[in-house]
Amino acid sequence: MNRFAKLLDRLAYEPGRNNKIKLLVAYFRETEDPDRGYALAALTGALSFKHAKPGLIRDLITERTDPVLFGYSYDYVGDLSETVALMWPKAELPGHNNPPPPTLTDVVTTLRTLGKAELPAQLARWLDELDETGRWALLKLVTGAMRIGISARLAKTAAAALGDKDPHEIELMWPGLSPPYLELFAWLEGRGDKPVNSDPTPFRPVMLAHAIEDGDFANLDAADFSAEWKWDGIRVQAVAGHDTRGHIQARLYSRTGEDITGSFPDLVPSLHLPGAIDGELLVLRDGRVQTFNVLQQRLNRKVVSPKLIKEFPIHLRAYDLLGDGENDLRELPLTERRAQLEAFVARLNDPRIDLSPTVPFASWQELAAARADPKSAGAGDDADAVEGVMLKRRDAPYLPGRPKGPWWKWKRDPHIIDAVLMYAQRGHGKRSSYYSDYTFGVWTRGEAGDELVPVGKAYFGFTDEELLQIDRFVRRNTTEKFGPVRHVVHEPDQGLVLEVAFEGLQRSPRHKSGVAMRFPRISRLRWDKPPREADRLETLERMLISMTGS
Amino acid sequence: MRGSSPRMTAKHRGESAYIGTMRPQDILMPVPAGLCCKPGGFHIDPVRPVERALITHGHSDHARPGHGAVLATRETLDMMRLRYGENFAGSVQAVAYGEEIRLGDVTVTFYPAGHVLGSAQISVTCKDTRIVASGDYKDARDPTCAPFDLVPCDVFITEATFGLPVFRHGDAADEVKKLLASAKLFPERAHLVGAYSLGKAQRVIALLREAGYDAPIYLHGAMEKITYYYQERGIPLGELRPARGMKKAELAGTITLAPPSATSDVWTRRFPDPVTAFASGWMRVRARARQGGIELPLVISDHADWDGLTATIAATGAGEIWVTHGQEDALVHWCKSKGLAARPLDLVGYGDEDESETAAVNGEAEPNGEGQPVGETKKP
Repeated sequence: MNRFAKLLDRLAYEPGRNNKIKLLVAYFRETEDPDRGYALAALTGALSFKHAKPGLIRDLITERTDPVLFGYSYDYVGDLSETVALMWPKAELPGHNNPPPPTLTDVVTTLRTLGKAELPAQLARWLDELDETGRWALLKLVTGAMRIGISARLAKTAAAALGDKDPHEIELMWPGLSPPYLELFAWLEGRGDKPVNSDPTPFRPVMLAHAIEDGDFANLDAADFSAEWKWDGIRVQAVAGHDTRGHIQARLYSRTGEDITGSFPDLVPSLHLPGAIDGELLVLRDGRVQTFNVLQQRLNRKVVSPKLIKEFPIHLRAYDLLGDGENDLRELPLTERRAQLEAFVARLNDPRIDLSPTVPFASWQELAAARADPKSAGAGDDADAVEGVMLKRRDAPYLPGRPKGPWWKWKRDPHIIDAVLMYAQRGHGKRSSYYSDYTFGVWTRGEAGDELVPVGKAYFGFTDEELLQIDRFVRRNTTEKFGPVRHVVHEPDQGLVLEVAFEGLQRSPRHKSGVAMRFPRISRLRWDKPPREADRLETLERMLISMTGS
Repeated sequence: MRGSSPRMTAKHRGESAYIGTMRPQDILMPVPAGLCCKPGGFHIDPVRPVERALITHGHSDHARPGHGAVLATRETLDMMRLRYGENFAGSVQAVAYGEEIRLGDVTVTFYPAGHVLGSAQISVTCKDTRIVASGDYKDARDPTCAPFDLVPCDVFITEATFGLPVFRHGDAADEVKKLLASAKLFPERAHLVGAYSLGKAQRVIALLREAGYDAPIYLHGAMEKITYYYQERGIPLGELRPARGMKKAELAGTITLAPPSATSDVWTRRFPDPVTAFASGWMRVRARARQGGIELPLVISDHADWDGLTATIAATGAGEIWVTHGQEDALVHWCKSKGLAARPLDLVGYGDEDESETAAVNGEAEPNGEGQPVGETKKP
């Protein structure tokens, strides 16, 4: 447990993805079975036991420490598990035959079978035996609040790196594996055969598109491509298959392979034929696709209530078929997969699942026109939920990852405004010596004439060279410092104008300006423009009305 | 007492009549300038210029320039000279550990505090009452300074920097092992260790040497003078090199000591993908480490932790405890729960080593080379 705790501790502070992988690989290499397997399970969320309630932890500490001192300490530290881990009194264990601290395996296997009444005494014994970091990790584990910035995907990628394998291979076999993954590690270390996936509903790594740039079209022939609308929903993979008893089983995965079936139980009955659909999850009301803002209200809910299901009817718009029954279709060219998809959707014959229509075009000009006006180019009333077009090579197989060439996304032009840099904050990780997070504002009429009101924050979109330029500007034009935040000069004739691109606007009572931007980023630095010529809040208000009609 | 010290003033002589019934607070009392000893005619670690100052150690929140006469250990005086120049005080007098000095109606003695090189607790005895002002102290092992000396007393004045039971520092050698393991795991990256330039930096270097690390260790410019001074005083620190002027690629796999504030500034851009470490007792608390953008927190402290504070307080045998800078409330509560009279001393101006380090860094003139495009504009 202490070793796993040290890993968690270090991972929690490490911002770099590659460095996290390196730390994980070193741990998997140095740790024996079955501890490392249970660690992989903990990191991928594959462990299941009843979690301890914070109240139980609090009771344990108040029995052992001065409540006043605990109060001061908790106030200072701000996290219950951490406070308890740090101030847990050193155990006065009798004799010198102290038991060794529990291993991760001890903890996991004990918790699986432990009765509720025995939990407090068992926890206390472990807390006595572990060091500070060990206690912290134990408490995070048993309360089910790990949150250390590691995705399941990253943990699997690190496991793959241990055996120099492709992480997609692990993704493919993952649903058939269970902790402590002895056969997986045996294969990764070249001591065993590749585990066979017996899961009827495995996740298949998804294919992603590159953003197309104006210059790319010159090298592309319109005849080689077919186009579809780019829907502003959630990319999902819907998989169904027969389990060992011959029953149909269905699963819904996010694009990273996370099982999200539990959030959309209303879609499961519709997946009644064995196969794997790649598509977009949308909310449809009266046959009309709702915007992402609406869909968002169905996401990240702990409880999926009947009311939620009724108010936000979920829908799958299919654009690819990766498997049909036992057949893997991924090696086939798109045109053949599309034909099979059309047949498959027809056989499903379900109102919750339909085809993503293709957008006919003969030239790039025609497609540009359709993209500029989806409403009259076939999207009709669903045009609000279209965020551009997707281009797919007709002859391309379904390739995992983001290969360059076969798939392109051509997003609708973003909205653009000119705003004034107001505050800057240091970034994180590699950017911690740069002022790289920017708050920008637009003009509005205030009590004492025109003033700037903040309308958003952006921390990307600029090149490395531009980052250096802004950083230099911030350092030379700071008017005040508040901790990590610098106030940057923003007067009508003094300051920096940023061209900000964004995808949408929403009303927001939380912002002083009353509007919030979706996906804002810095698209250009307007050194040429004096701040007084930046945009006004009224411009955003007008945009908001034309976008939402309200 | 040797010649250079000024005589007692008439004012003090006039007041000596009440000494027979003296209470501890008549011997030492907190005033805006610091801890004042009226019967001895001096202040301890004053934060404002005073006629006569007794200084516990060289950290800039305790040792300030501009006093009339300064009494301190030789090392503390040397460090003040390094920081503030030759004329940092009107006159100075060096005192050895254990040496008794008569000042007015009191006797003062300096004892090792184990905090940094030259650090001292100051014992003030008047009649039968002994008060020990411990300054900053630690009871943990430190190869760069004399170990903490326990001085039995009636009133013990303790700091409370880490005066909460969540602060238990563990063995510093284990933390250095963590640093070395990281350096081994990431040989292509540079390791930057933030550490206060007086004391902590040298202790980390000494611990690295004890752990068998014998490669050159690099120093930020603000560390150089004080670190070389430690070497002059016979503390073995191995081969040290300035980080200044090194090529980026040459710094891969190296360890560099820097003031904490430098580890998140433009200065770091000369290092290849640096791992930012910070050696401090504050690193025990995750939120503190995260706030500072630290990737490798090292729990190494030059202050006593909770167990150290409470054990020391009990061992002095003092019946009355005065608690200064830090988490006074919790420590006062603990003392009272053990039947000791205790009260917080509301002294201001201490415990901001960080701040003074920042000043030291800003004063440091680093060359603007090696792909470092941005000159820091200093705000007054």
